[in-house]
Amino acid sequence: MRIVLILLLFLAGCGEVWNDPYPASERGRNILYSAFSERPKHLDPVQSYTTDESQFIRQVLEPPLQYHYLKRPYELVPLTAVEVPKPREIEGGKFTVYEIRIRPGIRFQPHPGFVAANSQLKREVVEKLETPYDLPLGTRELVADDYIYQIKRLAHPRLHSPILGLMSEYIVGLGEFSKKLRKIDRREGWLDLREHALEGVERVDRYTYRVKLHGRYPQFAYWLAMPFFTPIPWEAEKFFQQPGMAEKNFTLDWWPVGTGPYVLAQNNPNARMVLDRNPNWRGEAYPSEGEPEDMAAGLLADAGKIMPFIDRVVFSREKESVPYWNKFLQGYYDNAGIGSDQFDQAVRVSIEGAAEPSPEMIGKGIRLSTLVSATIYYFGFNMKDPVVGGNSERARKLRQAISIAVDMEEYLSIFANNRGVVAHSPVPPGIFGRREGAEGINPVTHVWRDGREARRPLEDAKKLLAEAGYPGGRDPKSGAPLLLYFDTTSRGPGDKSRLDWWRKQLAKLSIQLEVRETDWNRFQEKIRKGTQQMYGLGWAADYPDAENFLFLLHGPQARADGAGANSSNYLNPKFDALFEKMKNMPNSPERQRAIDAMVGMVRHDAPWIFGFHPKEYSLRHSWLANAKPNDMAGNTTKYLRLDVPRREALRREWNRPVVWPAVLLALALALSAVPAVLTYRRRERMAARAAG
Amino acid sequence: MLAYIFRRVLYAIPILIGVNLITFALFFIVNTPDDMARMHLGVKRVTPEAIEKWKQERGYDRPLFFATQQDGLSKITQTIFFEKSVKLFAFDFGPAEDRRDIGEEIRARMGPSLALAIPVFLVGLAVNITFALLMAFFRATYLDFWGVVLCVAMMSISTLFYIIGGQYVAAKLWNLVPISGYDGGLDAGRFVILPVLIGVVSGIGSGSRWYRTIFLEEMGRDYVRTARAKGLAESVVLFRHVLKNAMIPILTGAVVVIPLLFMGSLLTESFFGIPGLGSYTIDAIQAQDFAVVRSMVFIGSVLYIVGLLLTDLSYTVVDPRIRFD
Repeated sequence: MRIVLILLLFLAGCGEVWNDPYPASERGRNILYSAFSERPKHLDPVQSYTTDESQFIRQVLEPPLQYHYLKRPYELVPLTAVEVPKPREIEGGKFTVYEIRIRPGIRFQPHPGFVAANSQLKREVVEKLETPYDLPLGTRELVADDYIYQIKRLAHPRLHSPILGLMSEYIVGLGEFSKKLRKIDRREGWLDLREHALEGVERVDRYTYRVKLHGRYPQFAYWLAMPFFTPIPWEAEKFFQQPGMAEKNFTLDWWPVGTGPYVLAQNNPNARMVLDRNPNWRGEAYPSEGEPEDMAAGLLADAGKIMPFIDRVVFSREKESVPYWNKFLQGYYDNAGIGSDQFDQAVRVSIEGAAEPSPEMIGKGIRLSTLVSATIYYFGFNMKDPVVGGNSERARKLRQAISIAVDMEEYLSIFANNRGVVAHSPVPPGIFGRREGAEGINPVTHVWRDGREARRPLEDAKKLLAEAGYPGGRDPKSGAPLLLYFDTTSRGPGDKSRLDWWRKQLAKLSIQLEVRETDWNRFQEKIRKGTQQMYGLGWAADYPDAENFLFLLHGPQARADGAGANSSNYLNPKFDALFEKMKNMPNSPERQRAIDAMVGMVRHDAPWIFGFHPKEYSLRHSWLANAKPNDMAGNTTKYLRLDVPRREALRREWNRPVVWPAVLLALALALSAVPAVLTYRRRERMAARAAG
Repeated sequence: MLAYIFRRVLYAIPILIGVNLITFALFFIVNTPDDMARMHLGVKRVTPEAIEKWKQERGYDRPLFFATQQDGLSKITQTIFFEKSVKLFAFDFGPAEDRRDIGEEIRARMGPSLALAIPVFLVGLAVNITFALLMAFFRATYLDFWGVVLCVAMMSISTLFYIIGGQYVAAKLWNLVPISGYDGGLDAGRFVILPVLIGVVSGIGSGSRWYRTIFLEEMGRDYVRTARAKGLAESVVLFRHVLKNAMIPILTGAVVVIPLLFMGSLLTESFFGIPGLGSYTIDAIQAQDFAVVRSMVFIGSVLYIVGLLLTDLSYTVVDPRIRFD
């Protein structure tokens, strides 16, 4: 009892609310609280390639271009560049040159690498450091050489850039540069890339550089909005190469250096990552244009005001969804995604299919945003497989029949709370080349009826199956039911219903489906060797262009023949020829026609069951303003604004400690000891009893 | 005594080599170096060249156990097993596959793990022994009966239920403590109150039943009858005589786990967002980070051996009849 009272007094000392997970010193401050679940693997812009990582580095690093925050479809606008560079073809189109001019006067964040005295630190000094920022800090102006240095780093022999292979095909001399660096690198110390020239990247003047590409590659502009092309000062790389730094986890991979609105001030990927406002940031005006509905949504209220509006961002690691969700409801996270376990509590879906926050969420003033992601989850057939693959009529009709029978609308309803839209082609909504409405449906699997899409009846699938030579789902030669195999990495107890559903879909055609559950590595191995029959995969866009999805079916990129992304090993020379033409075209009616033709081919050949494009649901509290989902721009924190007094008031209201049940419980426990005490005392006073 | 300790330390060497060998074999049966490379390089735009480069950098391009291409001793030394295992004996863990230093991570994570594990261990031990002694004291009464029923009921409930239920009631419904999170120094207190409470409560069932059995066995012995015949109070009989004589089995179970407290609690750390060694191990297994898994298994083995040694040594403290000479 006494212990409980002491405990309660101790907690009472924590202030008005006892369950606040943040230090008292942070109360009332302009801090955004968010969460992350996966440890970031890389924060070096040369290597980082996941969304989990980009939420940190994209606030720190600035490529020359960015996506407009509010406009849709996505539009590239300058970030550090003066303007979006226009490609210039030279030598009759043999090469394309991008000349990028950056704004003068931009300064790097404060960093010890810019102080000359910090470039020769003794190991003992390094060992005593808590963070690199314990040392004296300096800065300097951003120049074109910093961008050139980073492009060279793509080929750094000790770094693994996922886009080195791709960029070596385009940036003149990058492949050779990579080989050269591998030869000269001594595997220790700092490799000064300034000493080695890269043919395709040229410094024009202090603020201008040129990138020379083989042929045409209009998508290069999108890459210029990604962290791979952010500036890296050579001083920072040199600083982190000093002895003792790696042992303290002080590397460029963990302490990014940039010119962005925030600085990574605390780096503890196990618990907490903190971004602080960069005191050297030049400022940027909040956009004054957007979509028509943005004005009504209050998204233009801050038009023209200088960003960022938030001083600090604290990301806490939450590995489990239950505490994450409950802390959001308590107001300790300002925004949150919605897990499938919380969906029914958070969202109410009307009969028409419109999603809105549940009454509980509305009561708390929580707002819901949805966004159909530029992602596709598809279910592929291996075109090298003797049964479902190949270009024969028999195999094609079999694939088409299965594509009709697999009811993706039902899948989304059962397994995804309708969080997705059925895909009719590889191209997701919001991307040039995508057709909507009656024009957009896949005529192989759907029809347009009464102003909406409807899946073809099962009879159509059965007819196709019979035409394919499997009447009633049986092989007429052997009389045995057709047996197909589906490779998947879903093998937990929670996946059983999903796999049963798959069996049921094919059973509608009397086809037996054997699910081969395997781990990710074995699954990848099968795909590489081309030994799978049916499988499921997904792809999230690097940039908003149809090329970034249609390349997944490009013949020369067949996975079984090399290391491409075409896991179905689809090979259609007409498709490939059109792809080569389409990828270099600017968005135009001609390009639309090319995309239409390609989409028509893959619908007809059906190497994929097109699956679905996931719909992302996110929630935010009433005190968080200017939040608009943006699938492409990662540098969105600078646009957000907080109403801190409102947050403080609501947190207090929602988190008043309820002490009486704890006191009651303690009393009950104390009372339960009474019979024991009484019995003990009675026994102690009892006189010896006679035997028998 | 010193000779005994020295002998035990020598015995530990082949055990540690064996553990290393088994960990190594099991890990590489499930994962090839190519799998590890793919896992770390991600799924998008991974080229065969990138995989080769990754393996080369980390020494995974060598043979696993035996380098037939090499001469002499290099046949053994130029292998992944030798390269990755020998340094462990000097507690040089090297970098994880994400290049963060494992030794630094272990140092940073040990504190949070201990902040949780030590109170759970000590408070849990005290509560379980006290509860077990009470049940033994009231043996064959309705208090003992309902105590055992309660223990069985508590044993039957999953730890996960205690955690989620505890978080919901104490942190969500009553708003008494933070649901999850961690902070250093004294601030750690308010984050570990709930997980410690849950850890203690969830262990009462099995712990108390086990100790009750030990005490009941002791209470049937002659010295207890003698003590009672001398007219000693029952509390004195229990706490001064029975408890002392029951120390050997108690120590056998308790001391061996003391060093393992460093290893942290996998489930509790994950749910309460405590950045300890338990969640480090889980993360490493999920990420197929062989460097971390191998280091943690090695440390676990060393600590277990230390635990067994401490248990043996502790017997001499509680039972003067035991000598190692």
